[in-house]
Amino acid sequence: MYEFAYHRPASVAEAAKLLAADPEAKLISGGMSLIPVLKQRLARPSALIDLGAIPDLVGISVTATTVTVKGRTTHAAVAASAEVRQAIPALAELASHIGDAQVRNRGTIGGSIAHHDPTADYPAAVLALGATVNTSRRSIAADDFFTGLFATALEPDEIVTAVDFPIPEKAAYVKFPNPASRYAMVGVFVAKGPMGVRVAVTGAGANGVFRHAAMEEALAKSWSPEALEGITTPAEHLNTDIHASREYRAHLIGVMAKRAVAKAG
Amino acid sequence: MGYEGIGASVRRREDLRFLSGRGTYTDDINRPHQAYAVIVRSPHAHARIRGIDISAARSAPGVIAVFTGADMAAEKIGGLPCGWQVKNKDGTPMAEPPHPVLAIGKVRHVGDPVAVVIAETKAQARDAAERIAIEWEVLPAAATMEAALQPGAPSVHDDVPGNVCYDWHLGDKAAVDAAFAKACKVARLELVNNRLIPNAMEPRCAVGEYDAATGDYTLWTTSQNPHVIRLLMGAFVLNIPEHKLRVVAPDVGGGFGSKIYHYAEEAIVTWAAGKLKRPVKWTADRTESFTSDAHGRDHVTEAELALDDQGRFLALRVRTLANMGAYLSTFAPCVPTYLYATLLAGVYTTPAIYAEVKAVFTNTVPVDAYRGAGRPEATFLLERLVDIAALEMGIDRVEIRRRNFIPKDAFPYQTPVALQYDSGDYHRTLDEALKAANWDTFEQRRAEAARRGKLRGIGISTYIEACGIAPSAVVGSLGARAGLYEVANIRVNPTGSITVFTGTHSHGQGHETTFAQLIADRFGVPMSQVEIVHGDTAKVPFGMGTYGSRSLAVGGSAIVRASDKIIAKAKRIAAHLLEASVEDIDFKDGMFRVAGTDRVKSFAEVSLAAYVPHNYPIEELEPGLEETAFYDPKNFTFPAGCHICEVEIDPETGEVEVVNFTAVDDVGRVINPMIVEGQVQGGVAQGIGQALLETCVYDEAGQLLSGSMMDYTMPRADDVPCIQVGTAVTMCTHNPLGVKGCGEVGAIGAPPAVIGAVVDALRDYGVRHIDMPATSQRIWRILDAGRQRLAAE
Ligand SMILES: Cc1cc2nc3c(=O)[nH]c(=O)nc-3n(C[C@H](O)[C@H](O)[C@H](O)COP(=O)(O)OP(=O)(O)OC[C@H]3O[C@@H](n4cnc5c(N)ncnc54)[C@H](O)[C@@H]3O)c2cc1C
Repeated sequence: MYEFAYHRPASVAEAAKLLAADPEAKLISGGMSLIPVLKQRLARPSALIDLGAIPDLVGISVTATTVTVKGRTTHAAVAASAEVRQAIPALAELASHIGDAQVRNRGTIGGSIAHHDPTADYPAAVLALGATVNTSRRSIAADDFFTGLFATALEPDEIVTAVDFPIPEKAAYVKFPNPASRYAMVGVFVAKGPMGVRVAVTGAGANGVFRHAAMEEALAKSWSPEALEGITTPAEHLNTDIHASREYRAHLIGVMAKRAVAKAG
Repeated sequence: MGYEGIGASVRRREDLRFLSGRGTYTDDINRPHQAYAVIVRSPHAHARIRGIDISAARSAPGVIAVFTGADMAAEKIGGLPCGWQVKNKDGTPMAEPPHPVLAIGKVRHVGDPVAVVIAETKAQARDAAERIAIEWEVLPAAATMEAALQPGAPSVHDDVPGNVCYDWHLGDKAAVDAAFAKACKVARLELVNNRLIPNAMEPRCAVGEYDAATGDYTLWTTSQNPHVIRLLMGAFVLNIPEHKLRVVAPDVGGGFGSKIYHYAEEAIVTWAAGKLKRPVKWTADRTESFTSDAHGRDHVTEAELALDDQGRFLALRVRTLANMGAYLSTFAPCVPTYLYATLLAGVYTTPAIYAEVKAVFTNTVPVDAYRGAGRPEATFLLERLVDIAALEMGIDRVEIRRRNFIPKDAFPYQTPVALQYDSGDYHRTLDEALKAANWDTFEQRRAEAARRGKLRGIGISTYIEACGIAPSAVVGSLGARAGLYEVANIRVNPTGSITVFTGTHSHGQGHETTFAQLIADRFGVPMSQVEIVHGDTAKVPFGMGTYGSRSLAVGGSAIVRASDKIIAKAKRIAAHLLEASVEDIDFKDGMFRVAGTDRVKSFAEVSLAAYVPHNYPIEELEPGLEETAFYDPKNFTFPAGCHICEVEIDPETGEVEVVNFTAVDDVGRVINPMIVEGQVQGGVAQGIGQALLETCVYDEAGQLLSGSMMDYTMPRADDVPCIQVGTAVTMCTHNPLGVKGCGEVGAIGAPPAVIGAVVDALRDYGVRHIDMPATSQRIWRILDAGRQRLAAE
């Protein structure tokens, strides 16, 4: 780890100001993605701006139509929330399978989606549920948020403050974990609801999370695992590594998608 | 206090310390005025060093010194020695290229140490290390054995063209050829024994200190054998005589072999401490461990088994390429030879065996012994080949094994590959395992799984291994540059408590418990009166350390011998006190008794008399009660057993789940059943890891692709089922305890049982063998190919 200055602002506005003032500064939320990078000396921020002292950034609220998870809410809190389990059980379950207990107690939704690790779980939920990402300056539709590998629509000085998830009629997430890291080697989130029928795939795309148009179309016609029979995923835009070739990933997308639909009921 | 002697499942005394964070590991040791070392390592698999500019590093904040290979060469620091010399077929010695502590001229693997920066803090050392500018001339790499053996391949060592370390053989080639000529059936197999990265929980660490007043050096290090490190580093590298060098291996968090060897960092911190007159500490981070701890396994093998029409084994022919990595690690040469080919008879009566082993240098991390060392490789090959023979001859897998077992009345049994087994009962371990695993009702479970959409399979292995290494004269004749006896010193303190100094080292095995039980058993004292001391050359007279499941068989035997000496002397003291003759003194349950009378002296009374010799046979007997024994084993010991594994495969994803695992092992006399069970479970977990999960992957340029926990799949709790462990014991005939060893049986017996189960689950897909690790992707490919074949038909 290199040396850095450390700030602990008390409000989002103050954090945004600090961030805008120093292009080399970085936000730190749970630190579960950032600290490994710092430890390996793969990044050299001039300062860390810790979001941990901003009470406004933590919490979950549920209305008749929407689950709102604030940016610094931990995976453990989402997993344990009775309200989330009631409204979008798939979201609570997804959160409960991120990393291990330590990671879930520190890692946060804002950090996860801002980081956009191509194998992270949350991006699939955000995209499939058609969520809205609220930031320190605006609201961004899920479809516009994830722009590529470790890339999002966030400006350098923009802070994720909350994510609004429209409550779906049906949804489920099924993950095939990478055997070593247990991040998603392939994760498929399917949802049917106010935002239509949507299928998002994480872990597999060479450019990060993506929607699966062919599957969405088939499921819109008939919401059943059988509807996905014969639908393939072109392999050329998929990841390949020592654990899974793009062909294997393409195959797993089909299997996970069917299982997700079956699970969603 | 319940019964604590031999056979009691006493809880491990050391666990409270470990589990409550009170252990003292090497990194917990901090010396006054300590400086920190960071090693600059090669990012290239193979490159010439055109120049190293250390000026910017030297002037960086907090930097005390920067050293390179040239500095060490200038002081005539030796290279890291190899402890075993293997000879070629023609009798010439193996190629043994130098292994400089810090690279000189060129680097040979990613992670090869090039320079060391020593600074006031670790962060400063890190910062300065980044300022070292090395001009590289990157060379093509020989990243795999296949690449290294190509004509015109890059030479890992310029003076070893062709990259062959040795070309060795064992067995009777003519007899094997003759047997193949008349065989009715030949089963063939080509396989890869996957390369593994040990990943002990505690990364390596070393702290060197020099006392300018006395000229004494101390090294604290994460080692399985501190005396061996003192010998190798003192005599071959730094030229420090033993009496001026103390090596301490305190609590060590797992080794699995990877902490046997003498590593560069140990020499660096010790040498630097002397030069700088300051203690110097180095601690590996996990990334460094991946590219600097010795790796394990890595064989490519072709094997053929000749059988008669009844499925009896006539002969075995094996050709193996064994990866040595870039340099010879301390015991590397003996692993694919004397710990491998000698095991190829297995538990079978195969009359003729011939094995050829070519050891190959590559631009990868050195490879050495890893839990099982050679024996898992032999067992995997043999057990897979036996399964294939059974399949191809239409003989049941269990039946073909029974037909070929060495019968229990054939011991001592001389194999055609040098070993003489002393005892065993392979039918019994097999029968008990079959029963415990409900082998006979497996088809019901297969059918039930099929109804759930799962492919279920069962696999079996009947293995043997050789441990308790080993008679010094024998290993010496095979090229070992050390004796392999063990040492115990027993000090009975004046009030009757007992301190045992053992030359073995415990790094997870529970010696502090097992050895204390032995003493409690021998002397009739409670375990609370017994202390086991290990891991410090200043306390323990000598020792060869712990590996190869030798601690109880060899170290425990030394403890027994020293105990016998103590009891013999104590009886003479008791005889004097009781005014009887020595022959009439019995010692039992901590009491010396004149036979047939109620005249007794307690052990504590006798020990007190030894130290306060007022009424004492001082003319005939020295005061005090302390004895040392060196025990040189008469033979290896031969644990054997049967492992049975059941798996279920998800046919859609290829995922394998181990659903049942049964192990029935003959580990000789069991001192502590709970510790044996734990050792077997841990070994099986590693065996499952090798079979299904773990593999080290280098790319063509020699970059390590599986260089972190994100990509190297260690087995986790949920990868391992509840393991049913049983023992069916025959006694070792040549050591005083009858013990054999249990540390490695799991890692040896499990892999072929797991792969056998996977192959069995895939039997409808025309699979006869699958290489390790049987990852979901590998299995999916087989399933996919099978489905496409079916679709085409
Ligand atoms: C062992 C381990 C296992 C894991 N397994 C999984 C897994 O299975 N699935 C999975 O999805 N993830 C996994 N993770 C990652 C984990 O979920 C992280 O918590 C998450 O990716 C990042 O969240 P964080 O709060 O820790 O962010 P940090 O690490 O603090 O930050 C990550 C990045 O996001 C930026 N950032 C943080 N908060 C905000 C914000 N509010 N607005 C804008 N930018 C922000 C930071 O500047 C940084 O660049 C694992 C991590 C570890 C260490």
